[in-house]
Amino acid sequence: MIVFLVLIVIALFAVAIWQMSKIYALSKGNSQGDEGEVANGKDNRINAKLMVMFMVFLYFLMFYCFWHYSKFYLPEASSAHGGKYDTLMFISIAVIMVVQVITQFLLHFFAYKYKGEKGKRALFYADNDKLEFIWTIIPVIVLAGLIIYGLFTWSDIMNFEEDEDAIVIELYAQRFNWKARYAGDDNILGDANVRFIEGINQLGVDPSDSDGSDDVVTTELHLPVGKQVIFKLRSQDVLHSAYMPHFRAQMNVVPGMITQFSFTPTVTTAEIRETDYMQEKMRTIQEIRKEKNKELAAAGESTLEAYDEFDYYLLCNKICGSSHYNMQMKIIVETQEEYETWLKGQKTFSESMEN
Amino acid sequence: MAADATALDHHAHDDHGHHDHHQTFISKYIFSTDHKMISKQYLITGLIMGIIGIAMSLLFRMQLAWPDTKFTIFEIFLGKWAPDGVMDPSIYLSLVTIHGTIMVFFVLTAGLSGTFSNLLIPLQIGARDMASGFLNMVSYWLFFLSSVIMVSSLFVEAGPAAAGWTIYPPLSALPNSISASGAGMTLWLVSMAIFIASSLLGSLNYIVTVINLRTKGMSMTRLPLTIWAFFVTAIIGVVSFPVLLSAALLLIMDRSFGTSFFLSDIYIGGEVLHNQGGSPVLFEHLFWFLGHPEVYIVLLPALGISSEVIATNSRKPIFGYRAMIASILAIAFLSTIVWGHHMFVSGMNPFLGSVFTFTTLLIAIPSAVKAFNYITTLWKGNLQFNPAMLFSIGLVSTFITGGLTGIILGDSTLDINVHDTYFVVAHFHLVMGISALYGLFAGVYHWFPKMFEGRMLNKNLGYVHFWVTAIGSYAVFFPMHFIGMAGLPRRYYSNTAFPYFDDLADVNTMITIAAIITAAVQLVFLYNFISSIFYGKRGPKNPWKSNTLEWTTELKHIHGNWEGEIPHVYRWSYDYSKLNEDETDYVIPGQDFIPQNIPLQPGEEEMNH
Repeated sequence: MIVFLVLIVIALFAVAIWQMSKIYALSKGNSQGDEGEVANGKDNRINAKLMVMFMVFLYFLMFYCFWHYSKFYLPEASSAHGGKYDTLMFISIAVIMVVQVITQFLLHFFAYKYKGEKGKRALFYADNDKLEFIWTIIPVIVLAGLIIYGLFTWSDIMNFEEDEDAIVIELYAQRFNWKARYAGDDNILGDANVRFIEGINQLGVDPSDSDGSDDVVTTELHLPVGKQVIFKLRSQDVLHSAYMPHFRAQMNVVPGMITQFSFTPTVTTAEIRETDYMQEKMRTIQEIRKEKNKELAAAGESTLEAYDEFDYYLLCNKICGSSHYNMQMKIIVETQEEYETWLKGQKTFSESMEN
Repeated sequence: MAADATALDHHAHDDHGHHDHHQTFISKYIFSTDHKMISKQYLITGLIMGIIGIAMSLLFRMQLAWPDTKFTIFEIFLGKWAPDGVMDPSIYLSLVTIHGTIMVFFVLTAGLSGTFSNLLIPLQIGARDMASGFLNMVSYWLFFLSSVIMVSSLFVEAGPAAAGWTIYPPLSALPNSISASGAGMTLWLVSMAIFIASSLLGSLNYIVTVINLRTKGMSMTRLPLTIWAFFVTAIIGVVSFPVLLSAALLLIMDRSFGTSFFLSDIYIGGEVLHNQGGSPVLFEHLFWFLGHPEVYIVLLPALGISSEVIATNSRKPIFGYRAMIASILAIAFLSTIVWGHHMFVSGMNPFLGSVFTFTTLLIAIPSAVKAFNYITTLWKGNLQFNPAMLFSIGLVSTFITGGLTGIILGDSTLDINVHDTYFVVAHFHLVMGISALYGLFAGVYHWFPKMFEGRMLNKNLGYVHFWVTAIGSYAVFFPMHFIGMAGLPRRYYSNTAFPYFDDLADVNTMITIAAIITAAVQLVFLYNFISSIFYGKRGPKNPWKSNTLEWTTELKHIHGNWEGEIPHVYRWSYDYSKLNEDETDYVIPGQDFIPQNIPLQPGEEEMNH
C-alpha cells in the first residue's frame, strides 16, 4: 500500500512537471508578444485549471491520509480520563475538518471560477458588515463550545481528587533512563534530594528519613489496574518529559521542582494485547521486522531483537542529550494480586542500602 | 507641518540629485544607507541563510527516513560527525537546532520582514528614505554579523548548539550535559544577542518612519495593508525581543558566572552542582514571551504582502479593509498573552493552563476573519495568475490548514498527548513555515521589478516553482499529523529504539522523498532569481497595474525615490475596478485601477471604507 502511495505521489509530481514543461513550451512560442512576464489570458486559463487539479490533489491527500494513516492512531485510551480525551479530540478534528473542506473548496473554486479574462469587470465590493459579523460570530460560538468543553476536561484531569487508596509513585528521570520509586507500606515517599546521591543510592533518598526506608526503587513501572496512581516526577539533571501516550498522559520533569500527574489505568497489558487493534498492529510490525531481518542477514549483519508482544512504554519527550531518542521504561498494567506479588519481590530502600 | 516637511523634502531631493554621481562602490553596495539597497542586502543574506537551513533539514530528514543507511553525503558535509557516513546522534540534534534557529530568525524574521519593511515602507508611504538611514545600515550590518557568527558556530570543535531552537536550560547551560553546550552554545547566544539588537534598531526605525514620514494625504486608514502589517510587526518585535535578550543574558550569567537563575538541584557528570533555587520554567516563560509573538512577527508581514498581492491581482479592493486592520491589531495584542500554551505540561499551575487556553483559542477569531476576507476578495474578481498571486493563494490555503490544527494544540487538554510530537511539527511548519515562505516568495515575485530596476522574474519558471512547491509541501507536512497522532516524538535521532514505531517508517520515507523534491525545485527559483537580476526582461513601470505609490517611481533607483516632488495621496490603495457614477465605465475610462496619487474625479465619491 505504501509503495502505491509513494508511486502516486511521484506520479503526481511527474504530471505536474510535465504540465509545467508543456506550459513553458507553449508560452515560449508567443511570449515575445504583449505582456512579457505578466500573466496573460492563457496563463490565467491554465493556472485556473491547475487550481482545480490542485484542489483534487489536496482532497485526495486528505482522504488518503485519513483512510490509510488513521490506523496509526493510538488505540483506545487505557486510562480512565483517556476516554474523555479521545472524545474531545474526535469532536475537534470533526469540527476543523468541516471547516477545512469548506474553506479550501471555496478558495480554490473561486480561484478557478473568477480567472482573469480580457474585458471582464471585477466587482467593486469593499465591505459588508453583515457578512463580516456572521463570520466573526460563527467562530466565536464554535470556539466558545470547544473552550468550555476543553476547560472542563482539563480541570477534571489536572485538578484530580485523591482517592483514599491512591498509589503514590515517584518517576525519576536521569539521562538516559527512568526509575520508579514506590512509597512502600506507609504510602509516603521519603524525602530525597540530589545532594544525597551516593553509590547505590542513585535517587538521592534521604537515609535519615524513616519514611523512605520502605520505599522501593525499580526500573520497570508496574501499575495495578483500576486504581488511581499519582505520579510525582523528579529529574536529576536536565529537563525531561514523561510521556505515556497510551494513557494520554504527559508531564515535564523539571530539575529543582516536583511536578505531578495522575491517572487510573483501566486496561491491563494482557487485555490490550488481546485487542484486535494490537494484534493487527503486531502482525504488521512483525512482518516488517521479518523483511528487515532478511535484508540484514543477507548483508551479514546481526538481526533485530524479537518484538513478540506489546508492552506499554514511557518515553522521554523533551530533548535531553544524545541518547534522548532511547530513554524509555516498560510499563506493565496488571491485576491487584499480580501487582502486590511483584512489589513484594522487590527490595526496599533500606534492604538495598544494607548490601 | 506638512508644508515644512515638503519644503525639507525638496531640499533633500536637490542634494541627492548631485550625490548619485559621487557614490563609490563601498557607499553604494556595501555601507549603503539607501533603504532599497539595504532591502536587497537583507533579501540576499536571508536567501543564503535559507539555503543553509533547508540543506540541514534535508540531512536530518534523510537520517529519519533511512536510519541504518550510510550516506557519503553525510560524511562530506558533517565530516567527523558522520564517520563512514553514519550520522552522530548529537550532530542530529545540532542540525535540528540550527535549522530551527536559522529558519525562524534569519530567514523568516530578517529575510522576510527586513527585506520588505525596508523596501516598501518608504516607497508605499511616500517617503524619501527611512527616518534614520544610518541606523538602518547599522541594523543590517548587525544582522550580517550575527549571521556570520551563527554560521561560524557550525565549525567549532565541540559542535554547534544542540539544545533545540528553544535552548531550554539546564541542557543549554551545562557543557557537561552535551558537548555542544560549550563554545557552540556561547556563539549561539552571542549571535542571537546581536540579532536582537539588529532587529530592535530595524523595528524602531520602521515605527518612526510609518508614524512620521507619511506623505500628504496618507492617513493611517489609507495605508496599504502591507504597511499596517509591517508597522504592527515592528511593534510586537519591540515589545517582545528585549525579553529574549534578558533570557539570553541570564542564561549567559548561569553559564559563565555561577548564578542560578534557571538551575537548581542538579547532579550531573558524577557531581552535585552548587546551583540552588532557580527554575527552568522561568526560562520557558521568558523564552516564549518572545517565542510566541515571534510566530506573528514571521506571519504578519506575509499576510500583509498577500493582502496587497491578492487585491492587486484580483483587480478588486481587499474585502473588509478595516476588519483586516482590526484583525492585525487583535492578533498582535493576543499574541503577547498566549505564550503559556507552549507550556501546558511544563509543570506550571493548571489554572494558568486554562487562562492560556482561553486566550489562545481567541486568536482563531481574527485569523478566521482574515481567511474569510481573503476568500471573499477572490469572489467575482478578475484574477490575474501571476506567480505572486499563486503564492498568495497558496499562503491562504496553508494558513487555513495549519491554523486549524492550532485549535487542537491550543486546547490544554488535547495538548497533553500531542505535545512535542510530529503533530506539532506539522502544525507549525504549515502555519508559519510554509505560509511565511509563500509570503516571502509572493513578495519577491511581486516586487522584484521594484528591486532590480524593472527587471522581472520569468513567470513560467515561477509557475513550475509554485506548483511543485505547493504539492510537495502538503505531501511533506500533511501526513506528519498522523504520525504525530501515533505518538511519535519529535527530535528523535532515530525511531528504531521503539519497535512499536516500525510501521511508521514508510511514512517517514515518503515524507523525505517529498521534501527532497520540494527542496530541489527551489533551485529553479534560485536560478530564476539570479539570472533575472542580470538578464530579466524589463517590464513597464507599473507591471501589475497597482495603485500603491512605489509604482509611481522611475525604474532607475535614485537616492530619494522620486525625481521631483513626493506624490500626494488622495485615496486609499484599493480602488480597483471602481465604476463611475452611472456605472457605465471605470472612474478613469478604460483603466481598472486608480493609483493613490490621482485626485478624486468629478462626481466620484470617496469610499468610507
